[in-house]
Amino acid sequence: MTLFGLDCAKKKERELERKLRANDREHNLSFRYATNAIKTSKYNAFTFLPLNLFEQFQRIANAYFLILLLLQVIPAISSLSWFTTVVPLVLVLSVTAAKDATDDINRHRSDNQVNNRKVTVLMDGELRSEKWMSVQVGDIIKLENNQFVTADLLLLSSSEPLNLVYIETAELDGETNLKVKQALTVTGDMGDKIHSLAAFNGEVRCEPPNNRLDRFTGTLTNAGQKYSLDNNKILLRGCTLRNTEWCFGLVLFGGPETKLMQNCGKTTFKRTSIDRLMNVLVLCIFGFLAFMCMILAIGNRIWEQRWGSEFTAFLPRQDGVDTPFSSFLTFWSYVIILNTVVPISLYVSVEVIRLGNSFYIDWDRKMYHARSDTPAKARTTTLNEELGQIKYIFSDKTGTLTQNIMIFNKCSINGKCYGDVFDYTGQRLEINEHTETVDWSFNPLADHQFSFHDHSLVEAVKLENVEVHSFFRTLALCHTVMAEEKTEGELLYQAQSPDEGALVTAARNFGFVFRSRTPESVTIVEMGKQRSYELLAILDFNNVRKRMSVIVRSPEGKLCLYCKGADTMVYERLDQSCTKLMDVTTEHLNEYAGEGLRTLALAYKDLDEEYFSRWKQRHHEASTALEDREDKLDLLYEEIEKDLVLLGATAIEDKLQDGVPQTIEQLAKADIKIWVLTGDKQETAENIGYSCNMLREEMNDIFIVSANNPDDVRQELRNVLSTMKPGAEEEAIFMPERTLGNKPKVVRDEEVNGEYGLVINGHSLAYALEHSMELLFLRTACLCKTVICCRVTPLQKAQVVELVKKYKQAVTLAIGDGANDVSMIKAAHIGVGISGQEGMQAVLSSDYSFAQFRFLERLLLVHGRWSYLRMCKFLRYFFYKNFTFTFVHFWYAFFCGFSAQTVYDEWFITLYNLVYTALPVLGMSLFDQDVNDMWSFQHPSLYVPGQLNQYFSKTAFFKCALHSVYSSVVLFFIPYAAMYDTVRDDGRDIADYQSFALLAQTCLVITVCIQLCLDMSYWTAVNQFFVWGSLAMYFAVTFSMYSNGTHITFPASFPFIGTARNSLNQPNVWLTILLTSILCVLPVVAYRFLLIQLRPTINDKVMFKVRQAKATPPLPARRARMRRTSSRRSGYAFSHAQGYGDLVTSNHFLRRPAITRSTAFTPLGRTTGFSPMGRSAGYSPTGNALNSRPQEVEVTSLQMYRMVRDSAF
Amino acid sequence: MMASSYNAKEDGHVTVPGGGTIQNKKPDNTAFKQQRLPAWQPILTAGTVLPAFFVIGLIFIPIGIGLYVTSNNIKEFEIDYTGTDMSSPCFNCSQSFSWNSTRPCTCALPFSLEQPFESNVFMYYGLSNFYQNHRRYVKSRDDSQLNGDTTSLMNPSKECEPYARNEKMPIAPCGAIANSMFNDTLDLYYIDPNGTRIQIPLMKKGIAWWTDKHVKFRNPGGNPNLTSAFQGTTKPINWRKPVYELDTDAENNGFINEDFIVWMRTAALPTFRKLYRIIQKKNNMTPTLPRGNYTLEVTYNYPVRSFEGRKRVILSTISWMGGKNPFLGIAYITVGSVCFFLGVVLLIIHHKYGSRNNTADIPN
Repeated sequence: MTLFGLDCAKKKERELERKLRANDREHNLSFRYATNAIKTSKYNAFTFLPLNLFEQFQRIANAYFLILLLLQVIPAISSLSWFTTVVPLVLVLSVTAAKDATDDINRHRSDNQVNNRKVTVLMDGELRSEKWMSVQVGDIIKLENNQFVTADLLLLSSSEPLNLVYIETAELDGETNLKVKQALTVTGDMGDKIHSLAAFNGEVRCEPPNNRLDRFTGTLTNAGQKYSLDNNKILLRGCTLRNTEWCFGLVLFGGPETKLMQNCGKTTFKRTSIDRLMNVLVLCIFGFLAFMCMILAIGNRIWEQRWGSEFTAFLPRQDGVDTPFSSFLTFWSYVIILNTVVPISLYVSVEVIRLGNSFYIDWDRKMYHARSDTPAKARTTTLNEELGQIKYIFSDKTGTLTQNIMIFNKCSINGKCYGDVFDYTGQRLEINEHTETVDWSFNPLADHQFSFHDHSLVEAVKLENVEVHSFFRTLALCHTVMAEEKTEGELLYQAQSPDEGALVTAARNFGFVFRSRTPESVTIVEMGKQRSYELLAILDFNNVRKRMSVIVRSPEGKLCLYCKGADTMVYERLDQSCTKLMDVTTEHLNEYAGEGLRTLALAYKDLDEEYFSRWKQRHHEASTALEDREDKLDLLYEEIEKDLVLLGATAIEDKLQDGVPQTIEQLAKADIKIWVLTGDKQETAENIGYSCNMLREEMNDIFIVSANNPDDVRQELRNVLSTMKPGAEEEAIFMPERTLGNKPKVVRDEEVNGEYGLVINGHSLAYALEHSMELLFLRTACLCKTVICCRVTPLQKAQVVELVKKYKQAVTLAIGDGANDVSMIKAAHIGVGISGQEGMQAVLSSDYSFAQFRFLERLLLVHGRWSYLRMCKFLRYFFYKNFTFTFVHFWYAFFCGFSAQTVYDEWFITLYNLVYTALPVLGMSLFDQDVNDMWSFQHPSLYVPGQLNQYFSKTAFFKCALHSVYSSVVLFFIPYAAMYDTVRDDGRDIADYQSFALLAQTCLVITVCIQLCLDMSYWTAVNQFFVWGSLAMYFAVTFSMYSNGTHITFPASFPFIGTARNSLNQPNVWLTILLTSILCVLPVVAYRFLLIQLRPTINDKVMFKVRQAKATPPLPARRARMRRTSSRRSGYAFSHAQGYGDLVTSNHFLRRPAITRSTAFTPLGRTTGFSPMGRSAGYSPTGNALNSRPQEVEVTSLQMYRMVRDSAF
Repeated sequence: MMASSYNAKEDGHVTVPGGGTIQNKKPDNTAFKQQRLPAWQPILTAGTVLPAFFVIGLIFIPIGIGLYVTSNNIKEFEIDYTGTDMSSPCFNCSQSFSWNSTRPCTCALPFSLEQPFESNVFMYYGLSNFYQNHRRYVKSRDDSQLNGDTTSLMNPSKECEPYARNEKMPIAPCGAIANSMFNDTLDLYYIDPNGTRIQIPLMKKGIAWWTDKHVKFRNPGGNPNLTSAFQGTTKPINWRKPVYELDTDAENNGFINEDFIVWMRTAALPTFRKLYRIIQKKNNMTPTLPRGNYTLEVTYNYPVRSFEGRKRVILSTISWMGGKNPFLGIAYITVGSVCFFLGVVLLIIHHKYGSRNNTADIPN
């Protein structure tokens, strides 16, 4: 400490700087840094009950019932027995507590699992195996290959040369490529010498714990020398060590202070719009409750003054209660009695319904992906109904819309198109999995996962067609792919982009096998004969050139330039002689582009030896020039790449996920807007936009915004807006101010004639998202049918989502598969993760996950719609049922001196919501469906009412309340009039309080049951059982509670003895019940029937249609694969920006011997034989599964190159 | 969140390189899980709604007519004896009422029946503006005590306050309901055409519910001697005699006195009638109450004037649907007619506009 001249006493609450000394626990303990144990659980066995109860009572509804309970204890107020509130409250609390407890037990379990992982720690001069949680700051730990990094470490030394280690950071940022970290030489020299490591006493002074993954600053002081530390020397918790036998690290941050844990933050709790509406409604209900109680309290005051004061002869006042005080007490008494307007079981029931509907999602076989064995999963169980209200979908591209698999699909060689299959009549056949594929047996080096259907191309190869051979020779030579051959004949390609891999693989299968390369040569096997070409130059790819060429010398000594590139680029450089071929090829290219394929043109040129040697000389000069090297090289390239001879063109399919265009079409029909937010470049994104039918040739216009400064962006956006809607800028765009709440202004939906598409670039988007321009951008974008944002950063993805959320009153959904989608998934109302493609990051932060984009259609149009429908039906019915129940008390107040006497038996009040009416309504909300899933797909517009909040809104709620008022009037006044001065058929009493209560409650139960039956549109046996069972239950419970036995056992609690027997055997009682229930229901039937006749909704129409069709709907017609006739030319296919040419020709790239213990690497789930680098598949960050994985990722020369290049990060 | 995610990944399936999968997580194909449960899907079509309306109308109207006729056939006679009017014979009694007067005040009200009352005639007393359904009133009783529980007999429930104890002695029966028991005595005399007064025999048993009489209300202890059974308790404050002296008949005394039981069955509404006596039919030849003149002799004990209450005596016959109440009949006829009418209106609307509900114009 003295070294830094600081006193630890000065250390404040918040850590300003971290100081620690290696191998000195005592010293480090004085700072009380967090140990490496993590704790995500909330409770332990002792704190569970108090903490959980405390949390639960923070919810307004629970607190309300607690207050009610307290009110009920006051005898002067208590109008209901305590059990009427306690029983439901206890039930609700215990259900919630049980759920919280299971969640917390799971968290405990995962904490334990993580905390108890073993790691080797250097202690007292020897290595010991310790649990993760006992690792402390300042400890030196040893990590082995494929182990998770235990804590945030300072890398000390490693087994690799130059003290390098390779790590995978998938769990941190989702990137699956390897990154390299390098230790300081001074520490690296210690190697694995235990004694020197144990003696190491360097002191580290660094930044306090924070959540920035990409930055670290600090210093290491060792033996008086000060070394600066940066992010390149830090291993973060959550990473995995790869291709490194061992390394030693010094723990800097432990457990909760690691960057990983600092980064997880609190996931914001998402709530549905119905939740929010419900909160507003509950507040309204509170207000209404207070209003009713006010009226009744005033009534009480009047009554007490006029009659009550005189009635004291028979009913003396309580001590010290005068008229005003009595009305005050009455107010509270009525608060208790009318408490059922805020139904406690509402919240529990809502949770149950959502849980049930989530299970349906988990169970759905039609959202199960067999190839990856992944069922859909509802990871959040509280958002279901929102799935039925989605208005905007934000989608990632790669891995979500596309599979990130490139397939060599077609080619045009010398004016002949290959790749299509024709039947004997010359009809083009649809290619499906049954189409016969080409047999590769002639080629022992073929990749058998590659499939091609057109036999004629193989024939052409076998017939030694010159053009075909040159074509494939070009593909085999002109690339920067690396080959690895572990065992004889087993080739593995490492390609920079999947497109390149696809092309080289295609050449390989057609007999031009790229086998190996050195910086000076490329070895290929041409039709079984191995030939080595001397590699003279690589004219590398970049975004401007959009082409690459190689210059090689064949074994025969012939000089040749092979070129592949974007057709526009290649065409400009073709020789005059190719004009005819160009026309034919152009036709083919158009055809390919029309099918959404990525195209490349191939060309070659024989070179003159003399000319080349001169060129070579100039090239050498240029490449060693100090000024304008790039420009000079470009000029040289330009010079030699001319007068090319066209060979043909390739067409690569960026394979879409199954059913993507159809899904998008369906979603568009459901009036859902889809925005694609991708990190890809504009051409690729556009291409995909066309191939999934989001951008269409028929569209009126497709705007591209790609300006580089704010003013230009604004101008471009303005132009777009005025093109679509002249004069739009002056229009008022905000919705009229809303009275309630201080929400920001809401931009109203605008209509525009025609269909437009908008493509905006990342750098333009950055300006468009600025405060001054965001509204303009939002309006413009919302007017377009399709919006594609390319080259966007993860943060921008989230910003776009936030923008729409902020100004549009719409529900948003974000779908993605990678770590770069996490921010967007978290920002949107609903996040959907595509599982089984990349790391788990997206899935883990998502609310729903499944394996294929196309399942989104089912999730929204079927599950979402049903969930929304069910929830709304449930809420409407639930409010109706409780209001009706409660309002009867209100009417009765006018006949009982406003004394807060209940109409019903207290037991009935207790059991009404819990027993008598709970199951039927649950049954409805779990099983109801207006039309089945097939019809839902047939009529996507059934989804629209959800977006417009039509099923449950304030208006719907108000209608419910009105309906309840009517029903309660009927339910009170019909029995009232029927029982007025009436007697039994033996002359005895029936107009007594108990009989009246029984009559009223029987009428109520029957009425709400009938109402439920009216609301229910899907009558399963379970529903029948619940309805009839509940009615039977009501009568059974009533009879048994009113039986002799219960009364004799508890005379005070069950005073209603005999009431059921004595009144339910009276014909006039039953006639009253019949009249009441019919009168309650008839107007509803008439009203609904009228609505259907006069203003049928889309649901009514479809249901009617279903009824007419009777039988199950016809299977949706198999949509033919979408074809477009398009003049649009797709861009250069490669998805990378800069080629590897430097690397391939350089002699400097590192070489490492292959790790001998590894077994052959089998690529998983890929059709082509190259291993994707950027977005690798199958990575599972699970500790066990990963560590036991049999094979390691080989470090290829390419990776090595990458490491060297990327080591700057 | 992140740490818990370790757990979430734990159950991830393990893909074996080159092979299939170890677990099969394909959901079960059951009708329930796939939401394909067989179901009946009723919708409101003209074919179901319109007939329903007509059928309900056609059923309700006859029922209503039946009920109305039945109700009209019931003979009922009502006489108000509150004595608020100067002309009323009971005016004096009602004016000079005091709780402690030992001398009962009686008054006689003459009346005549225009029609003879056949079969059994039920005699009710009716009270108006009497809030037997007031919450504090309804609560003010101890059902355990009334059920013969000896502990509750000596320690009445707090609900009975302020009528739980009187001078330290527990009140039996306790509470405001019992305390305010109706205690007018009503006697009925038939004035023979030749002027003689014949007292009409009034049955005082069989007026309470069987369950009340035999289950709900029981005298304390198994003691047949009620005096000793109620030893140590005192009568309700307003009562003139203790509960064990309500009747001489042992089967109708104490808590199981039927007048008491009837009173204890509190009314639902502030205007109510309670069965007082039954006039049994003598034989088939003569009507129970022939037409002619009668006198109602009232021992006026019960004060209602202070709260504008009314006291009535009702003589009524009954039918299968109970006492006279035309409401149900009228309601049924009305609802039935409205139903029928609605049916017609809906039919017209359906014919005129129903074609809008065709399926041709569904979007998409």
